Amino acid sequence: MATTKTESKSDTALGASLGLSRDELIEMYRLMAIARAVDERMWILNRAGKIPFVISGQGHEGAQVALAFGLRQGHDWMVPYYRSVASLMTFGMSPREIMLAQFARGVDPSSGGRQMPGHYGIKERHILSVSSPVATQILHATGIAWAAKLRKEDIVTITYLGEGSSNQGDFHEALNFAGVHQLPVIYVVENNGYAISVPMSLQSAVQDIAIRGAGYNMPGVIVDGSDVLGCYAAGRAAIDRARNGQGPTLIEAKVSRLTAHSSDDQQSKYRSADELEEMKTRDPLPLFRDQLREAGILDEATEASILAESRKVVEDSTEWAESQSDPDPATAQQHVYGDAPPARMDDPLWHGARFIGDGGPWGVLKGDD
Amino acid sequence: MAVMTLIESVRETLREEMRRDASVVVLGEDVGKKGGVFLATDGLYDEFGGDRVLDTPLSESMIVGVSIGAAIAGLRPVPEIQFADFIFPAFNQILSEAARMRFRSNGAFSCPMTLRAPYGGGVHGALYHSQSVEAFFAHIPGLKVVIPSTPYDARGLLRTSIRDDDPVLFFEHKKMYRSVRGDVPDTDYTIPIGKANITREGSDVSIIAYGMMAQYALEAADLLASEGVSAEVVDLRTLRPLDGETLLASVRKTGKAVIVYEDNRFGGYGAEIAAILAEEAFDHLDGPIVRVTGPDVPGVPYNHVLEDWFMPNPERIADAVRRLASY
Repeated sequence: MATTKTESKSDTALGASLGLSRDELIEMYRLMAIARAVDERMWILNRAGKIPFVISGQGHEGAQVALAFGLRQGHDWMVPYYRSVASLMTFGMSPREIMLAQFARGVDPSSGGRQMPGHYGIKERHILSVSSPVATQILHATGIAWAAKLRKEDIVTITYLGEGSSNQGDFHEALNFAGVHQLPVIYVVENNGYAISVPMSLQSAVQDIAIRGAGYNMPGVIVDGSDVLGCYAAGRAAIDRARNGQGPTLIEAKVSRLTAHSSDDQQSKYRSADELEEMKTRDPLPLFRDQLREAGILDEATEASILAESRKVVEDSTEWAESQSDPDPATAQQHVYGDAPPARMDDPLWHGARFIGDGGPWGVLKGDD
Repeated sequence: MAVMTLIESVRETLREEMRRDASVVVLGEDVGKKGGVFLATDGLYDEFGGDRVLDTPLSESMIVGVSIGAAIAGLRPVPEIQFADFIFPAFNQILSEAARMRFRSNGAFSCPMTLRAPYGGGVHGALYHSQSVEAFFAHIPGLKVVIPSTPYDARGLLRTSIRDDDPVLFFEHKKMYRSVRGDVPDTDYTIPIGKANITREGSDVSIIAYGMMAQYALEAADLLASEGVSAEVVDLRTLRPLDGETLLASVRKTGKAVIVYEDNRFGGYGAEIAAILAEEAFDHLDGPIVRVTGPDVPGVPYNHVLEDWFMPNPERIADAVRRLASY
């Protein structure tokens, strides 16, 4: 996927100033298209009663793919949030791995079916596990960046949040610490205008979250999430800054949330029909497609092949993930601790042989294998 | 063999672990040049530099959250919360993140971090510099909670905690920092997490305690010995995971249990001990399970008369044991 070379020679006029080749531009479109197709399938699976919950990122894909496109997979760190489907695919997470989380199967690499869908994380890929409290991850990304700086490693850490999360204390505490130490970290605020139902006007005293960067001695950059190449340029600059020891960057991508907050939300209750209609004109997928068509980069054959591939990938990942087994309840007590606490497995009393219904509070715990 | 105070034991153990393992880092408020408000990190800045002994902004959630990230990236952070009373801004990071990281990732991620915090009353610290906060954390699966009662234990347990792959909350009673001295061998000994210690053998009543109350329990046992009451003292040392085996063996032997904790009585850690004894040792009990605790007021009051009123002490413990022994 992503090139890591800023000096790569471009063979197109469109990508020339960005150092992006024709193949790289097509790859960005391909990632966006497949992420969208996978995302749409999640909602169909939910409405068909096959998965109880969906939270996803339709409308965010342009910013997500473009901002992550310059990262080094498996070397840099990604600390995502629950809408990060396209970011994660850009960083190497496969559609099968995404789908396993939707079905919460035993082999789901994110959590083995323990977490709700959307809570991704794969250690080998340097993707940190997502939790549900918002903004906690901003500090973790900052800590990873701090460790990289201490060890003099050229690792860049990127983390994501919604604009709603930028009102949590952890966001401010993280940016302050990163500003003090000029850490190699990129904070991406995907501003879709709503914290579930609460509009920006009631969330924030300022219209642009990016200006908060000034309070923490870091650049705050605003990008239009429907301008994929503009996002790429901002991401590229932030990655270079971090890689070269020039410190953190706050990027605010103004994006559209094309779906409800989650499968349990109905956004027509708090957004007007006009607004929902207007929002579609800022969908980054058709806009980028048209841009590539007009530049002569995306021809009919390539477009058809990407469409065919995305259909195939969605079918394959859905069918494969669905066919995997549920986790075994016998494993549910594993991984509480890394080692076995002093167990009382040899004591029949402790097993509830007489009075205790559930075997006692710790006697049955097992550590890792 | 050196004689050390509790604070010296903590400090020298930190120093040795930092020498032994370059991934061990200390961070917190005032831990650098000042060496910590209690001097627990005194001298470490000079030896290891500002990168590994980091003065942080005054933001506890940041201290813990950044430590979690650093631990994920392969460091072994030993963050300090200046007073246990101020740990609560970081509660979400400890509960929702550090404790759950391993479980929620199905064993993929772990969080090797030892969070040190001075706790406890009797130091004229009033409501916000005296609290015992262990019950909040001992409740949480995925955390280990350790409270040493001697300089020897502090060294062995702090070593084990720093080398452990799980998040450990390491609470140090601040009144004991300089009031308790003890032998500390120069060897690289460790004490396993999850092992209680019978610090005094006895036959009539088991006193179950931890931290400074484990010291007071020994003093109470001394008082009682002259009266012909034989008290056994169980120093839990690790609140989670709990060494149920040692606890139950003692109470099954003596048939009577006095549980001591400095925290508020209602829902305190000792309440769980009482429940376990009721479930597991019922047939062996020859009297009611008794607790000696702090009272249920929202904090330790400042004035010394009020503070004395709050704090459990050896006499109160001895009173409870005396009454239970004659039950």
